[in-house]
Parts: sequence; C-alpha cells; structure tokens
Amino acid sequence: MPELMIQVENLTKVYGATRAVDDVTFNVRKGEVLGFLGPNGAGKSTTMKMLTCFLAPTGGRAKVAGFDVFEDSLSVRKHLGYLPEDTPLYKDMTVLEYLQFAAAMRGMSSDRSEKRIKEIGGRCGLREVAGKLIGELSRGYRQRAGLAQAMLDDPDILILDEPTSGLDPNQIVEIRQLIKEVGKEKTVILSTHILPEVQATCSRMLIISSGKLVADGTPDELRAREKGSRYRLLVETNGTTQDAIKAKLTGIKGVSRCDTAAGEDGALAFTLDAAGDEDLRKVLFRAAVDNKWTLLELHREAASLETVFRNLTTHEVSKS
Amino acid sequence: MNAALTIAKREIRTYFNSPIAYIVVTVFMLLAGYLFFGSLFIERQAEMRSYFNLMPLLLSFIVPAMAMRLIAEEKGTGSLEMLITMPVRDWQVVLGKFLGGMTLLATLVGLTLFYAVTVMLVGPLDRGPAIGGYLGILLMGGSYMAIGVMASTFTRNQIVAFIIGFAISFALFLFYRLVQFMPEALRPLLAYLSVESHFEAISRGVIDSRDVVYYLSVMVVSLVIATVSLESRKWK
Repeated sequence: MPELMIQVENLTKVYGATRAVDDVTFNVRKGEVLGFLGPNGAGKSTTMKMLTCFLAPTGGRAKVAGFDVFEDSLSVRKHLGYLPEDTPLYKDMTVLEYLQFAAAMRGMSSDRSEKRIKEIGGRCGLREVAGKLIGELSRGYRQRAGLAQAMLDDPDILILDEPTSGLDPNQIVEIRQLIKEVGKEKTVILSTHILPEVQATCSRMLIISSGKLVADGTPDELRAREKGSRYRLLVETNGTTQDAIKAKLTGIKGVSRCDTAAGEDGALAFTLDAAGDEDLRKVLFRAAVDNKWTLLELHREAASLETVFRNLTTHEVSKS
Repeated sequence: MNAALTIAKREIRTYFNSPIAYIVVTVFMLLAGYLFFGSLFIERQAEMRSYFNLMPLLLSFIVPAMAMRLIAEEKGTGSLEMLITMPVRDWQVVLGKFLGGMTLLATLVGLTLFYAVTVMLVGPLDRGPAIGGYLGILLMGGSYMAIGVMASTFTRNQIVAFIIGFAISFALFLFYRLVQFMPEALRPLLAYLSVESHFEAISRGVIDSRDVVYYLSVMVVSLVIATVSLESRKWK
C-alpha cells in the first residue's frame, strides 16, 4: 500500500460553461480523516464523484490507492467504500438483504460476507432493524445502513458525502464516533458544510469554494493563519449613549470594527474586531476607566474556524 | 459475470415484491387469453396460430413496460451511483438488468404454456409450430427487452423510457406492414429489419439460423448501445 492513498493533481470538471471543479490539487495520507468543506454547490460532491469513478475528470488526474481513477477504475473501486449524498439505497430491500447484495456485488465469499455483515451491522447499530425494509427506516438508520455498506468489504479508503446530514444531534455524535474509529486505520474523506463536524472528526481540512481549493491544513493551522482577534465587552454607564461609546471604541488604535450587540438591563454590549496580533485588553480596560464606564465583562477570542471559513468562501459565493 | 447475475437476482426480487410484475402478467394474460380462447371456441381450431400471430404486437408494448424501470428508476432515485461505484463493469450492469427482465418475460411465457396444454387436450397439437412459436416469443421478446433496456438508459423518467422503447419496438413491428407501400429497392431491407417477418418463419416451425441471428443481433446492438449510453456519464 502506498503511503499516499489519494493523489489529486490539477483535477478539473467542466459542465457546459461552469467549472464545477477547477484545478484542484491535494494528497491524502494513510490514516488521515480529511474534511472536505465548502458551501453548498462548491464542488465537493463532484470531486468525490470523480474519485469514486462515477464521473470522469475533464482535466487533471487522480489516483486512489495508487490506481488511476480513469484508467484503472475497477481496481480503484475495489479499494473504496462510498456513501453518496442522500444515501440512495434500494428501498424495497431489507437492511440484511441490502448488505448481502452489496457483499455479493463486491465478490465477497459467503463465509466472509456473513462474518462482516454481523460485525459491521453491530458496529453501525443495525441489529434491531436488520429485517426492516430500508424504505421504512428513519433517516438515521438509513444513513447507518449506507455507512455499513461502504465499510462492508473493509476498504482502505472511505469516501463519505455529507454523512451526517439530516441526522439528529445524538445520531450525529454516534456517526462521528464511528468515523473517528474507522479513521484510525483507514483513510477517510468526508464532505460537510458544518464546521463543528470538521473540528470534531477531521485531522485535516480542505476548503473548497466555487470549484477552487482555497485552504488546506489542520484546523489549528487554518485558525492560526487568520490573524486578529475578537473582543466582547459589556459595560454599564451613567448616561453616556451607545453611539458615543461606540465612537470612542472605534477610535482606539488597532480596532478595525465595532458592532453593538444585545446587552443586559442597563448594560451595553459591543463586539470589536482587531486585525493585529496585539492584545488590546489592557487598552480597553484603560479606556473604560478613563471614561468612567463600569466594565462588567471583557473577553478576547482568537479567530474561529467560522471566521476563516467565511472569509475564504463568502465573497466568492456572492459573486456567482 | 457473477455481478451481472447478482443484479439480475435483485431485479427479479424487485419485480415480484412490487405490483408491477403482477399487473403486467395480469394484463398480458387477459389480452392473450381473450384472443386465444376466442379463436379456440369460435373457429374450433386446435391450434395456436392466432395466439402466436398476435405476439409481435402485444409484446411490443408489454415488454417495454417491463423494461422501463430497469435503469431509469435507478437514475431517478440516485441508486445507480451506489451501484456503479461498486467494483462492477458497466456492461455487467446492463446485462444483469436485461437478464432480470428476461426472467420476468420467461415467467410470463411459461404461464401461457397452459394454452398449449389446453390445445393438446382438445385435439392433436402440431408440435413444430408450438415449439417454434414459444422459442420465437423468447427471441422476439428478448429483442424488445434489449431495446427497452437501452431506452431505459437514456432517461431518468420511466414513462419517457417506456415511450422510447415502445416507439422503437413498434417501428420494428410496423416495417413488415409497410413493405408494400415502399419502393421496390427498400422492400428486402425493411422485410429483413422487421421483427414480424422473422417471427412468422419461426412460428411456422421453421427454425432458420438467419432469423435467430437477426434477433441476437438486435439484442447485442441494443445492449451495446445501452452500455455506451451508461458510460456516457464519463465522457469528458
């Protein structure tokens, strides 16, 4: 097995006039859980469809488990488990029948198929619904059945397109736990537009926007790249108007933006954005003392992934 | 090959788990039965000719109705993506679907063996035409089925798939009827392309390799086009 499980070079997919995926390059190493992040319609699913050999790239190349997705697609698919968006399973089959079908399609021997179905069915919590028709299952169970199908043949690589969409919070935690566990030995790519998902499960993330790769790194790396910090203030004043305070705060050196926020009774709240690395808390405290405001709260936080994500993706989306 | 058989098995189960198979079988048996027994009692003939004569037309819309869902439905629900990203070749998917449809057709034809038995009870059955007729139905039905599978790869809409499948099948049926209105030069070609001319020969009990080759070619060409159509998602 090669150390680089997925190699993508200048991958491009053009539909008519739109470039759904535009010159994307990245690698995934063995044992990585890669989060593929981007707004809806950014090209996540299209990239996954090319990696799983469902669509052929217009340009560039991709290798999965060392095999080219276009020239050696059968070998690629043997090493791959895939859960497409919206989990399109056969609704007229029971969970057990479906897993047996998937095992037969993958050419698994009947002994191995029986053993794996038992094992994976247990891990995915499918025991109690094994005999139920997939069409009658709740969204969460259907998702688990799809996941079980993808993991059935013990593939080296799992590609999961929005594995937690439409699940309730408890189910999301379960599925994430499962993915994390699998990710210890396997290579996983999962797409999502939910940020906490990436923080909770992924060792590395890619941000894609309008088909282009805009960021690649661990969540911490990406956070560190985004300089600046945000402050929350809650002050009590004796008569000074909100606008006057806002004007004073905006005047402080280093503050790039000041917004008013919902305060408490008799207290006013503000959010400040500062661009530099400098810690402004002392300056803010001094300002409050000088102006005779009573400082009830002062909190500083580093740029969140959400800020990173928004900065990297919003303007591109509004353009299109 | 195993993958194709696995797909075929799944199709058969789907047919018989859903109302489709039962509706198609009922409609077919009612129509065929009406025509068969009508001639049996009215013409007082212990033969199956009138039943067989009807098959080219009857199957030209029954078979596309059986084939329409085979691929179009999976395109519509998205399950095709799941199926095709398993380690399976596109031609295996097409072949599996075709074999699944053929099993339903064979079941249908098997049920009408009952007519042959009825004829045998009331008089001597001419074995040659009967065997030829049943073989001819399978070959002709197979051609219609392959055309239906092909039509089913063109669209995600089952009704559209049915209409395309029926239009092509019906055109192949119609050629024979149109022969006399056509210019002299075209006649042999049209007669050769017609499903009915070949069926007529076989159902007389004359099994000519040329007729068999005709049906097999229609099946192969249609299934190859179906495979190419399925692969067209991969065109750059």
